[in-house]
Amino acid sequence: MTTRIWDGPSAGDAPTTRRSFLRNSVAAAGGITALAAALSPLRELAGQADFSVAQFLQKHYKEMSAQEMEAALERIRSEVERRYEIRPHVRDIRPQAGVEFVYALNLSRCIGCRRCVYACVEENNQSREPQIQYIRVLEMPRGTLDLEKGNHHYDRPTVPDASHFYLPVQCHQCANPPCVKVCPVEATWQEPDGITVIDYDWCIGCRYCEAACPYWARRFNFAEPSVPADQINPEMSYLSNRPRPKGVMEKCHFCLHRTREGRLPACLEACPTGARKFGNVLDPDSEVSQILKTKRVLVLKEEVGTLPRFFYYFDERYPRGLDPDAAPIAESLGHLPAPDDPAPTEHHS
Amino acid sequence: MIRYLNFLWRCFRLSFVGDWRYTLWMFVLTVAVLFGVNAYCKQFVLGLATTGMTDQVSWGLYIANFTYLVGMAAAAVMLVIPVYVYHNRELHDLVIFGELFAVSAIMMALLFVTVDLGRPDRFHHLLLRFNFPISMLTWDVIVLNGYLLLNLHICGYLIYCAYRRRQPSRLFYIPFVFLAIVWAISIHTVTAFLYSGLGGRPFWNSAVIAPRFLASAFAAGPAFLVLTLQVIRSATRYEVTDKALLTLRNIITVAMTINMFLLGSELFTEFYTHSAHVASAQYLWFGLNGRHALIPWIWTALAMNSVALVLLYLPASRRPPILNTACVLLIVGVWIEKGMGLIVPAFIPSPLGEIVEYEPTLNETLVSLGIWAFGLLLYSILVRVTVPVLTGELVDEDTAGNAFGPERPGVSVHEPNRDAVPLGGPALRAASNPPRHLSPNWESVP
Ligand code: SF4
Ligand code: SF4
Repeated sequence: MTTRIWDGPSAGDAPTTRRSFLRNSVAAAGGITALAAALSPLRELAGQADFSVAQFLQKHYKEMSAQEMEAALERIRSEVERRYEIRPHVRDIRPQAGVEFVYALNLSRCIGCRRCVYACVEENNQSREPQIQYIRVLEMPRGTLDLEKGNHHYDRPTVPDASHFYLPVQCHQCANPPCVKVCPVEATWQEPDGITVIDYDWCIGCRYCEAACPYWARRFNFAEPSVPADQINPEMSYLSNRPRPKGVMEKCHFCLHRTREGRLPACLEACPTGARKFGNVLDPDSEVSQILKTKRVLVLKEEVGTLPRFFYYFDERYPRGLDPDAAPIAESLGHLPAPDDPAPTEHHS
Repeated sequence: MIRYLNFLWRCFRLSFVGDWRYTLWMFVLTVAVLFGVNAYCKQFVLGLATTGMTDQVSWGLYIANFTYLVGMAAAAVMLVIPVYVYHNRELHDLVIFGELFAVSAIMMALLFVTVDLGRPDRFHHLLLRFNFPISMLTWDVIVLNGYLLLNLHICGYLIYCAYRRRQPSRLFYIPFVFLAIVWAISIHTVTAFLYSGLGGRPFWNSAVIAPRFLASAFAAGPAFLVLTLQVIRSATRYEVTDKALLTLRNIITVAMTINMFLLGSELFTEFYTHSAHVASAQYLWFGLNGRHALIPWIWTALAMNSVALVLLYLPASRRPPILNTACVLLIVGVWIEKGMGLIVPAFIPSPLGEIVEYEPTLNETLVSLGIWAFGLLLYSILVRVTVPVLTGELVDEDTAGNAFGPERPGVSVHEPNRDAVPLGGPALRAASNPPRHLSPNWESVP
């Protein structure tokens, strides 16, 4: 007969003897001690503010009533106060009607100085240790837009370098955002003014959106973020630059606490060359509308179908032959099609 | 109800009983689980910075294991389909072990997603705002939990019926069996769609991902069952025929052949086209810009899978040692192929072309080992209590009363009713009162 692993010294239904009782008790005590030892790191949780009942019960951003929002803001204020000993000005700033924000970045001008990167970090209370930055500037060799050829970690005594151009990338606030699509709990969504936001109190930290974003725009708080108390920006809003807890996603939000009140994003203000332009694309007279109409504009990775609201452009306003200032050349070439003439090859089938 | 609780209580007590080999095995697993718990507590306190993951490679070992285990769970149907669709007798009694394995694998998979969350304390947000049907992850939540319930129901019902020596009512489980077959395919398909639906990740954005997932899972899952069934055969009176193992061998061979074929077509498409699309595959197989952390992994996996496949095609693998070697190679090979070979490279280079490599940390590895140990512990317990029920050694006292005589207070595991239960005979068959016909094809079993 084969041996049976499961025939033990005592069967499951065997009556309890004093010896077996003693042995079982010792085993149980040993097990409990081992479990307690295994759980011991949890003791450090006691001091952390991350887990509060109020936050646990807090509703999704879109479901909060005005009072509930006020309570949440107050909780955030007192948490900031306790942690950084500074009373912040935290608000919930809503989008304005008739506004759709668009960013335009002039590749002819950007010199790759990374001032925007650091202005953003300061404005938005991004963690300094570990370091989180929303903007990444790539140093690209001329003649390509293949991002794999870009250098993320260029370090030169002076910029720009003549044989390269510079390509800053941040959240493109896509009109068809894959990050929003994949979020299982609707912790991230697109606002009416085109900004994709994250409710830091709702995100469960699955990082699916980070995998889905084709522009590597999202950043995850792998550890507790830390900002020196004297560098905290006290002008905060719920959906943008209030301090984030660990374990949640964050990203560029077009400085919505500034831009929704008519100011410009911090990265734009920091740019020394004027390469960055920002505004309401629904207003035909805005600078960005003019740029989209007249400049040679392109978007990154058009093929992924995300419809970015972040455009790159070059200074030259028209293809050479159509530039009004170059009229003599146009004349010398004879008839040239106007921009809205149908192209001769495009016949409908 | 009382009876049912009594059943659970007896099962619970039984799970602590065994000889030194069983005790040692369970002890080692428990220690591993505790190490895992400890590592996870550290991660919970310090955040996912305790793992090797970064903003560039934002999924790693956890999601790799998750993917692999979903496949293993789905593979349980490879036992069910031959039985219920093709009326294969040999595998019939073994279906239950496949389904118990599915239960354990799903539990492990769910644990792996949970430890991967940055905010597990907000798990309830899934119930409050469920982005269904837009987010593939919500589909996964539904199909995985549904599959878990389905299998729990089927196994639980059949085992409890055997315990009560009752004939299972077909209505209560046959529809669920067929549902589970479809459902099993769906869990791994949905998991594949999780990845293949992301346009920003060219490495995943391919239609072949789902078929490949299924093929590799239907090879690795049955391979695992071949090993466990042999353990059951040598350790208990439960009978597992060689024919059953050979049927599984055929399934593994076919599935693995398809998997290798799909791998080949994928490699051809990537490398012959050689567009910008190829970057991740290039990194995985040959390295990119001097970075090549994954090369040893993927070539090991390829070698293991190829050797396993050749072994399976040789007649020699009808003998257990060779078959077992092939199975072990395949289980490990497919694990690497799906983890280090499929999840990680999609993140390298990053969407902005940056190459950041990934290496799991010790803490992350301990958590993963802990979950594996937990799953094996669970499976051991499930099998441990199921076998005596099926062999008629653990039955309900009241129901068994007439069989054992009224004066017997209970049935000892030690002393099964050897007259009523043919030694080593599959047990449901042995449940003599009421007789025999416990499942649809049972009548025809001699
Ligand atoms: S750039 Fe990325 S994070 Fe920003 S909206 Fe698009 S997909 Fe989402
Ligand atoms: S990480 Fe947060 S925001 Fe991103 S998909 Fe997961 S829950 Fe949604």
